[in-house]
Amino acid sequence: MSTTHKPGAHGAQKDGDNTTGHEWDGIRELNTPLPTWWLYVFYATIAFALVWVLLYPAFPGTGWNGLLGRTARTDIAEQLAADRAQNEPVLARLRGMTPAAIIADPELRDFALAGGRVAFGNNCAGCHGAGGQGAPGFPSLADDEWLWGGKLADIQHSIEHGIRAPDDENTRMNQMPRFLADGMLTQAQVNDVAEHVLSLSGRAGNAVAAGRGAAVFAENCAACHGEQGQGNQEMGAPALNDAIWLYGGDKAAVVRSVSFSRAGVMPAWATRLDPATIRMLVVYLHALGGTQE
Amino acid sequence: MGQQQQHHAAEEPPATFYAPRVRVYPQAVKGKVRRLRWGVLWLLLGLYYLAPWLRWDRGPGRPDQAFLADMEHGRLFFLGLEIWPQEVYYVTGLLVLAAIGLFAVTCLAGRLWCGFACPQTVWTDLFMWVERRIEGDRNARMRRDRKPRWSWDDRLRKATKHVAWVLIALATGGAWVMYFTDAPTLLRDLARGEASSTTLFFIGLFTATTYLLAGWAREQVCTYMCPWPRFQAAMLDEQSLVVSYRAWRGEPRGKPRDAAAGDCVDCAACVHVCPTGVDIRDGQQLGCISCGLCIDACDAVMQRLDRPQGLIAFDTLGNLARAEAATAGMPRGAACRGAGLAVRQAPNPFRPRLLLYAAALLVVGGAMLGGLLLREPVALDMLRDRAPLFVRLSHGGIRNAYTLKIRDRRHEAAQLAIAADGLPPGTQLSVSDAETDAAGRPLVATRADDVATLRLLVTAPAPLPAASTPVVIRLLDPRSGAEVARAENVFLGPQP
Repeated sequence: MSTTHKPGAHGAQKDGDNTTGHEWDGIRELNTPLPTWWLYVFYATIAFALVWVLLYPAFPGTGWNGLLGRTARTDIAEQLAADRAQNEPVLARLRGMTPAAIIADPELRDFALAGGRVAFGNNCAGCHGAGGQGAPGFPSLADDEWLWGGKLADIQHSIEHGIRAPDDENTRMNQMPRFLADGMLTQAQVNDVAEHVLSLSGRAGNAVAAGRGAAVFAENCAACHGEQGQGNQEMGAPALNDAIWLYGGDKAAVVRSVSFSRAGVMPAWATRLDPATIRMLVVYLHALGGTQE
Repeated sequence: MGQQQQHHAAEEPPATFYAPRVRVYPQAVKGKVRRLRWGVLWLLLGLYYLAPWLRWDRGPGRPDQAFLADMEHGRLFFLGLEIWPQEVYYVTGLLVLAAIGLFAVTCLAGRLWCGFACPQTVWTDLFMWVERRIEGDRNARMRRDRKPRWSWDDRLRKATKHVAWVLIALATGGAWVMYFTDAPTLLRDLARGEASSTTLFFIGLFTATTYLLAGWAREQVCTYMCPWPRFQAAMLDEQSLVVSYRAWRGEPRGKPRDAAAGDCVDCAACVHVCPTGVDIRDGQQLGCISCGLCIDACDAVMQRLDRPQGLIAFDTLGNLARAEAATAGMPRGAACRGAGLAVRQAPNPFRPRLLLYAAALLVVGGAMLGGLLLREPVALDMLRDRAPLFVRLSHGGIRNAYTLKIRDRRHEAAQLAIAADGLPPGTQLSVSDAETDAAGRPLVATRADDVATLRLLVTAPAPLPAASTPVVIRLLDPRSGAEVARAENVFLGPQP
């Protein structure tokens, strides 16, 4: 019965009588008409769309802002400016504070954590990973070893001035010699010292070679990396006696590091980011759990 | 194809792609179904308009509205119950119960929902009542609408009707909004013109939809818009009570004095009172909302003719078929009526599908009740950090980080200690800036009637026995050590 659209109305067409006149191979198309008001509402939506597209256009790339001077682009620009204006008083407070002071204030800390998470995703996650887990050559920011110091102020300095950033004179700068490439050590010595380095974290494969390497280490490496390979954050010399290896901890990786040196680079962010953003990043890194404060 | 089309176009009148509405002018009717419908109508409207004003004391600082969907604070208050957004499954359960209940009622007695309780039916009925009070009954309204020119009286009546409709619609839209904020406060704000634009928008929206759907669209909502008539037939069986025309005693239709004719005198009273304009004598159909007004109309006619009532009645399709068979070939009259009624069978209330519906209602209702009774005041949700999966520390230990969400539905913040089970001895828990108790367990504060979010760092000494270790995080009362809430997760490390 559902095909007669005014059910039971007097004179209603029975099934099959009311056709559109279309016929294909003897199959006729039943006319199931729309209510008039429905049809006109449909036409009205089309008319509305034609007016709307002039008032609030969405043509790509024309730069035309419609009769009202508004598009989704101008709207979002306004909203972003409004958001910035709304956050500005808090950001101004952050600029004058140390990260430690921000962390001590629960409200500011929550604000900084939220902002820092976004800033980290936009600027840092590309190399250091989405959760700061790092990658070979790009240090993990969630663990407890820090090349240049894990205190909040140290981290803030590293972010602001970068690592070996060519355009910043306060950048964290060091240079490990290319012991094999520059002929300072022979291949055999490099092999021995690598065995000794592995033994510092209890993984010596060849005790004899490691013993020979100890002398080479004391002469060439200990000045920066320490007698026990404990590292030196003042110089950015990584600890060699622990479980964390920036470029891999197997013997081949150590041999390669000794032979050809390593020198990762991070840009100086002071010229790229708002000081408030840098402080928020430090607060976010603190929340990752690895900072030494 | 084109030729065929032209051929047909020449033969048949040009096809139209829209159908002009056939206006329905339902007539007033009195009777037992109508009385029942008035009762249900005023009861439901009374519930709808008055429920937001019901108060329920929940203590100081808490909303005292008995039924409140507090959007702003994300709480659903239902008398003594308080539902959090996380527990939306109770609402889902309610909807499941409503759906099964609807199926069961439909199986028992047809479209009772459509005919008696659906808001579209209730408000349309109310609007039609207003229309009759102002514009007169069916014939007066039809006469007025046929007039080429309206007198001032006609115009006044039309205008009054629409004003009355809009006022009812406004009350309806206003009452709807009151389920979502404190009703007295909202009424005060409205009176002072201080209500928010959101509030005004929703009042306007529901005012407009009430006015349009109940005043103008009416039966079109049921015949064009509503999906329920399309599949409710699947819920019916031959033992469901439906509004039925007993053709076996009514046909053939004829004059009252015609001895060969059946009981139906073709007065069309049943059609004239129908709010959707259907003819029940055509049988079961989509447009019939089972309101039963045709029963009253026909009963009145039968009474005047001194014939037994019940030519149209709530009856089952099975009874109709049996009566049809029993009276086949009989002359119409008293003997035929007796034979038709004699073969009636009472519907079996223990049909398998009804038992299944009852079982489903019991299971879902029982699960919801059990869930509500066993609800704990504090709940813990735990999410493991996925980037990184784990952190290797310089001394060789492994650290996993978890985000804890502690829901505390109590109205005072409490301090809880966090403990972890399942990891080797020497495992340390830490929460940024949180103190620890004597056993080294972090002490964290919950937030009263709110969710506290914190990051828990779990550091286990290496080596771990497996790459993935099941771990249970427990929240403990710091004084008694009793467990308040727990969550299970895993602790990941390198492959051993």
